[in-house]
Amino acid sequence: MSTPTTPTTPQAPIIEARQLEKFFSQPDGNRVQVIAPTDLAVYPGQIIAVLGPSGCGKSTLLRMLTGLAPASAGSVFWHGQPVRGESPNVSIVFQSFALFPWLTVIENVEAPLEARGMSPIERHKRALRIIDAVGLDGFESAYPKELSGGMKQRVGVARALVVEPEVLFMDEPFSALDVLTAETLRGELLELWLGHKIPTRAIFIVTHNIEEAVVLADRIIVLGRNPAHIHADFSVAMPHPRDRKAPQFVELVDAIYRVLTRPDLEHEVVQAAASAEPTARHHPIMLPHTRPGGMAGLLEILADHGGRVDLHHLAGELSLEVDALLPTVDTAVLLGLLQLEDGDAIITTEGQAFAKADIQTRKAIFRKAALANVPLLRQMEQSLKAKSDRTLPDEFFHDLIDEHFSEEESRRQLETAIQWGRYAEIFDYDAATGKLTLTEA
Amino acid sequence: MRPAGSRWTWAFLIDIAVFLFVFAGIYGMYAIGRTWLGPVAPHAVISQSPRALPLYALYSLIRISVAYALSLAFALGYGYLAASSRRAEVVLVPLLDILQSIPVLSFLPGVMLAMVALFPHQQLGVELGSILLIFTGQVWNIAFSFYSSLKTEPRELREAARIYRFGHWQRFVELDLPFSTIGLVWNSMMSVAGGWFFLMACEMFVLGDRDFRLPGLGSFLQTAAGNGDTRAILWGLAAMIAVIVLLDQLVWRPVIVWADKFKFEQVESASATPNTLLRLIGRASFVIRAYRFVMHPITDWLTVTFAVGARRAAATFSAPKQDRTRRWLLGILAAVILVGLGFAVFHAVRELSDLRREDYVALLRSAAFTFLRVNAALLIGALWSVPVGVAIGSNPRLSRVAQPLAQLAASIPATALFPVILLFLIKLRGGLEIAAMTLMLLGTQWYILFNVIAGAMAIPTDLKEAAHIFRFTEWNRWRHLVLPAIFPYLITGMVTASGGAWNASIVAEYFHFQGRIVSAPGLGSTISRASDSGRFDVLLASTLIMATVVVLINRLLWRRLYRLASSRFKLET
Repeated sequence: MSTPTTPTTPQAPIIEARQLEKFFSQPDGNRVQVIAPTDLAVYPGQIIAVLGPSGCGKSTLLRMLTGLAPASAGSVFWHGQPVRGESPNVSIVFQSFALFPWLTVIENVEAPLEARGMSPIERHKRALRIIDAVGLDGFESAYPKELSGGMKQRVGVARALVVEPEVLFMDEPFSALDVLTAETLRGELLELWLGHKIPTRAIFIVTHNIEEAVVLADRIIVLGRNPAHIHADFSVAMPHPRDRKAPQFVELVDAIYRVLTRPDLEHEVVQAAASAEPTARHHPIMLPHTRPGGMAGLLEILADHGGRVDLHHLAGELSLEVDALLPTVDTAVLLGLLQLEDGDAIITTEGQAFAKADIQTRKAIFRKAALANVPLLRQMEQSLKAKSDRTLPDEFFHDLIDEHFSEEESRRQLETAIQWGRYAEIFDYDAATGKLTLTEA
Repeated sequence: MRPAGSRWTWAFLIDIAVFLFVFAGIYGMYAIGRTWLGPVAPHAVISQSPRALPLYALYSLIRISVAYALSLAFALGYGYLAASSRRAEVVLVPLLDILQSIPVLSFLPGVMLAMVALFPHQQLGVELGSILLIFTGQVWNIAFSFYSSLKTEPRELREAARIYRFGHWQRFVELDLPFSTIGLVWNSMMSVAGGWFFLMACEMFVLGDRDFRLPGLGSFLQTAAGNGDTRAILWGLAAMIAVIVLLDQLVWRPVIVWADKFKFEQVESASATPNTLLRLIGRASFVIRAYRFVMHPITDWLTVTFAVGARRAAATFSAPKQDRTRRWLLGILAAVILVGLGFAVFHAVRELSDLRREDYVALLRSAAFTFLRVNAALLIGALWSVPVGVAIGSNPRLSRVAQPLAQLAASIPATALFPVILLFLIKLRGGLEIAAMTLMLLGTQWYILFNVIAGAMAIPTDLKEAAHIFRFTEWNRWRHLVLPAIFPYLITGMVTASGGAWNASIVAEYFHFQGRIVSAPGLGSTISRASDSGRFDVLLASTLIMATVVVLINRLLWRRLYRLASSRFKLET
């Protein structure tokens, strides 16, 4: 069952992060916090899964732990010693496989051994052994482009395991694969791990797929957004192989869903982080990057389902992952067209009206909701009204929000706001000149 | 892979062929070495007999090959440095932009004199001078291609190389070089084609009272043009075309097919047509063995020797060491460069201050003439190549016939054709005016044509069908579909063409023909005349003006259009 972890593990951690954080300093002295100061330890014998919506900083955290990306503050310890640069004995399995297309399978697998100066005969022997273990026998001299996605990722895993890493890091390793292949590869990974066929002592896997985390991990860390912080920490004590239909399994998946969709808790932690960090200002509302059309579709489905649906089931029904569904849900919640309760989505009266309306009425409802609930859009409307020619350049608004977000994020925020504002017919936008003009009623 | 049974005889024959090639190559190197290290032959007589042509072609080919090898090595170093150090990047990338805009041919006198001064008693000096010139014409786009390839390496591949602790050498041969190969190959082809253009000019020229001649195709053609010997001109031209076609078939085609292996793609696309020559070479057991027993152990040894995995893993815990000596060395290097720059600028300014204001006015006026000529040539080039390119690009049957022909025509250096054209035009009134523009056109229109063809081929079928269904008039089809779709390609072609046309003006506006000098007013002819008569102040001033004009046009016009093209007129799905 799932209980919050109390790190009473007797063994010493292999990797330990203390107050690790990432931020960008801006010229005006403000800083944009990407990852709040975080403590995290990787203990031997565990598979740790890190869950969170995309763009929340999971991958950055992985890169800081492996030493690929420098931390802004805090340190990483390897068996108690502080590390600079890449960690001594880790491997990464990448989302895009990151194979060298001009090298054959065996050359790809041998490359890390070459880097260690191992003799050709020895490294050939070791490469063959690991290729055999991941089931790539017979493909040694194939080039990656001849292989299917699943085979490619097997090469990625073989390359990672050939150096016998103490910790194996996996960055969304199965998300570029189709559902069945991903499931097969998960099974194979567990087989290697549980059968002690590899000397790896811990696996750290970053994912946005809740079920994947529950299938694999002994410990699941849920990250919150903006800035990234540890939002919840579950330890999973179910025996392998885990049955997806078992009540325990479903309960844990639901529990994680609830945590992922509970903005009030997130808010508390954000404020706690803000008080610990005096220079960080209060964040304005962050717009989910969605288009109004997607939300309309979601509300229609909800209305068809009688107005209340379990998000977990809805995601399954639409064959979507939490990653794809949550921003749309967030949008509807932000606009007051939807409410969340215990992992269920409940449509509001305005939401019902929206779902039933025709295009023009929808726009009117959207406009009212947007102006009522999105301060940025309200501000944009007022600024445009204040001008005699009802026109302002987009940079003006960019400057308004860029102290709260990173450069990249503030650009996306503005893009989303413009997208919404155009749909709501609050203003027109000319992309060529970058000018916003108030729409005359 | 190993050929079976009856194919052994084949493999044996191919082995013999390969050996013969190697043998001939070694002899060629020996012969060339003897000539180069031999005494200077300042007034070498350039034979006009067709029988001299094979040897001359070989000489020219060697010059181009050596220059290309130098360019490649330099470009790799330059690109690597620019991409790997942020501080170097700030200086090296804008510098590349400027170096690219300086007309190569106005380097000619300076480079030649320097080289002859270095090797006063050997032919090597003049040879090196011409090689260096060809080098300066070839190197920049290769360097830029390598640099931008390095900058666009996928992040996860770079991270894989880091997390698995690749050493510099391993990273270079397993990531950097393969990833850049395709760009390098295409740019090499362009560079070598440009090399032929300059070869024509720098195998034979007059500098003040000194006359430099190197035996080769370029000097053959120039001499023939000077004597007005039509038969020799045609022979030379034929030899030139033969060399270029052979080079294309024996080198570039196989190389392009080979480079396909380095395409960065996740799924296998329709593979390039297999190349017979490449297959034969791959089948020659001699080549296979040479690779297995010579190349492989060498690269292996290098990789293992330069493997830093273990060492770097050990260094992970130690405090970062203060690299004092390196910083000192860098500081000294920077100081030396700065002092050298200061010295050069001081002398340049002194030279330039010798010129009077009237001289500058005259220079600017001639710049204006060349400006008009260059842009007229560009306009004419665009006017004919846009409709023709669109026709070829949107008609696969026509394209199959026209593409190879156009490629062949494009590969003949305009400078080689020039004497032939002059023969016809010189008798007309304003003949040189037309001839100069024709040369610019010949040298540059191909860039526009090929880009337009590529653009027309990239127009999505559904857009074409939409235009058809909505019964667009011809004018509407061009206005709303064809022109916007090819615009980015057209601009890319025009940028290259514009730079090429300015450079071509130096040979186009001033020419030794039939024993006299024919020239049209312009910056190009000013540069040529200045180097003919040894007026270094004028040469310096006019070169600077031309470089400035080219850079300004690039910044003010082309770059803006380019940005417009890549934001508004990009076809995205």
